[in-house]
Amino acid sequence: MGWLDRPAGDTQITHRQRLWLYVVAGVIMVLLVAPTVIVIPMSFSASQYLEFPPREWSLRWYENYFGAPEWMQATATSLKAGVLTMLVATPIGTMAAYGLHVSGHWLARHLFILLVTPIMIPVILIAIGVFYALVQFRMVNSLSGLVVAHSILALPLVLIIVGAALKSYDFNQELAARSLGASRLKAFLTVTLPQIRFSVITAALLAFLTSFDEVIVAMFVSGGDNSTLTRNMFNALRDQIDPTIAAISTIMIVVSSTALILAQVFGRAKT
Amino acid sequence: MARPATIPDDGPNAALLRRDALRERRALLGLASPAVVLLMVVMVLPVGWLFYLSLIGEGGGFSMENYARMLESKAYGRIFMTTFHVSFLTTGICILLGYPLAYFLSQLPPRAATLCMLTVLLPFWTSLLVRTYAWLALLQRQGLVNTWAIDLGLWDTPVALVHNLNGTLIGMVHIMLPFLVLPLYAAMKAISGDYTRAAANLGAGPTQAFWHVFFPLSLPGLFAGALIVFVLCLGFFVTPAVLGGGKVIMVSMQITNNIELFFNWGAASALGVVLLAITLLILFAASRLLRLDAVLGGGH
Repeated sequence: MGWLDRPAGDTQITHRQRLWLYVVAGVIMVLLVAPTVIVIPMSFSASQYLEFPPREWSLRWYENYFGAPEWMQATATSLKAGVLTMLVATPIGTMAAYGLHVSGHWLARHLFILLVTPIMIPVILIAIGVFYALVQFRMVNSLSGLVVAHSILALPLVLIIVGAALKSYDFNQELAARSLGASRLKAFLTVTLPQIRFSVITAALLAFLTSFDEVIVAMFVSGGDNSTLTRNMFNALRDQIDPTIAAISTIMIVVSSTALILAQVFGRAKT
Repeated sequence: MARPATIPDDGPNAALLRRDALRERRALLGLASPAVVLLMVVMVLPVGWLFYLSLIGEGGGFSMENYARMLESKAYGRIFMTTFHVSFLTTGICILLGYPLAYFLSQLPPRAATLCMLTVLLPFWTSLLVRTYAWLALLQRQGLVNTWAIDLGLWDTPVALVHNLNGTLIGMVHIMLPFLVLPLYAAMKAISGDYTRAAANLGAGPTQAFWHVFFPLSLPGLFAGALIVFVLCLGFFVTPAVLGGGKVIMVSMQITNNIELFFNWGAASALGVVLLAITLLILFAASRLLRLDAVLGGGH
């Protein structure tokens, strides 16, 4: 255990003196991950009560989920809403991030702050505001209402991620392309975009997840045939602890972990 | 910083070039217009509408009764107290847990830091509903925590860990922690090691170097993270609704109740307006103390 007495940082502190920090951080990291991970084995339990470790394994909760038309329809709605939100928020957000970054206009900073407010203000306000508007236009329970509302929630993330990428991107490259005769659009598409594409992909993935995971807006705006998965889950949670939810949760954990891993892999590829 | 549209101030055609450059700036700004239009239609107009609704009384005329009721009724006062109470506690616990974790992560070599960072990012990317459900399963009467604690002899009979304030706090801290750790970590990484090394060189022990040099430098990041957590807590809905078991009523839940149970748009809107005003006020006050766009990673 020689490493314990070696210096651990910029001061002469040794690992031994810092052991408590490692233990504390380790416990917190376990607490962050464990609750989500424990749901996975629970979902394979044969019992109606959530057990860990399960006494008997079974796939009955997955059969429950895949066999129920309501759950399947809700899943389809959530996937549709997620993909559409991604397709709306990513290009609009990337355009805005580019425009605000490049234009030296005094308004740019203020517009940026305005466009990221949706992540800071309570979602419930957006939810009831949009709900009220949709009631006036008789568009409640429509997919399009859900998608526009979710796009607003996803927009700040796209703006922040793509904006950060543009900040660390050397703009002289685009200028070089333009001085060689490329139009601004062509220079952006062939020179700038390929270099920030990993951030754009990350932003798109997060936009998808924002919509896919969203509960509050979906609770008000979606319904009937267009109920989302999270809306149905939330309603089921208020009633009782149905292990079917554990199965759905497991699938959602797999989806979001895959997205995270994809983002990490793309992020690595950048350097 | 990018400056493609340089504005010339002298030379031939200066006036023309200048006009051209300004036009280009405006055109570039115009790229943000779809986003701004969407925001106007989906957020600004509906929220404006709510503001209008909050001023309409039950008789259908203009009235302040929705706000007056909020001041008079003890129930509303209690809901705001609960909201602040829960938000303060959550932020406080997040600081206590998040600071050591962010510090630990910031001290790791890059490869290990990336790996350990996944433990913060994984919950961050996982659905809030899924995480809330996980805590519900763990904390219930026959849940894992109670079973293990009884097996280990920590307590004899199952303790009520959920459907109350405890459960709400546990769930909310778990969900909010990444929001504190991520900006704090970024701020800590930006602190040059030279400062602590200089302190050590001048004779400060590790403890002194930390408290007198590193800690003050990390405060803006801590403040930013705590601000984000607090503001997000104020508008929280799902976790207190599921883990609070009806005992912890926060403002956003009351708004929902007003609409779903009582169909009272006026009361719901007034609550929403007050919640929004509090949120914006806090953000505004904070923006005087630190640059918000720097925290959010945008701007110039």
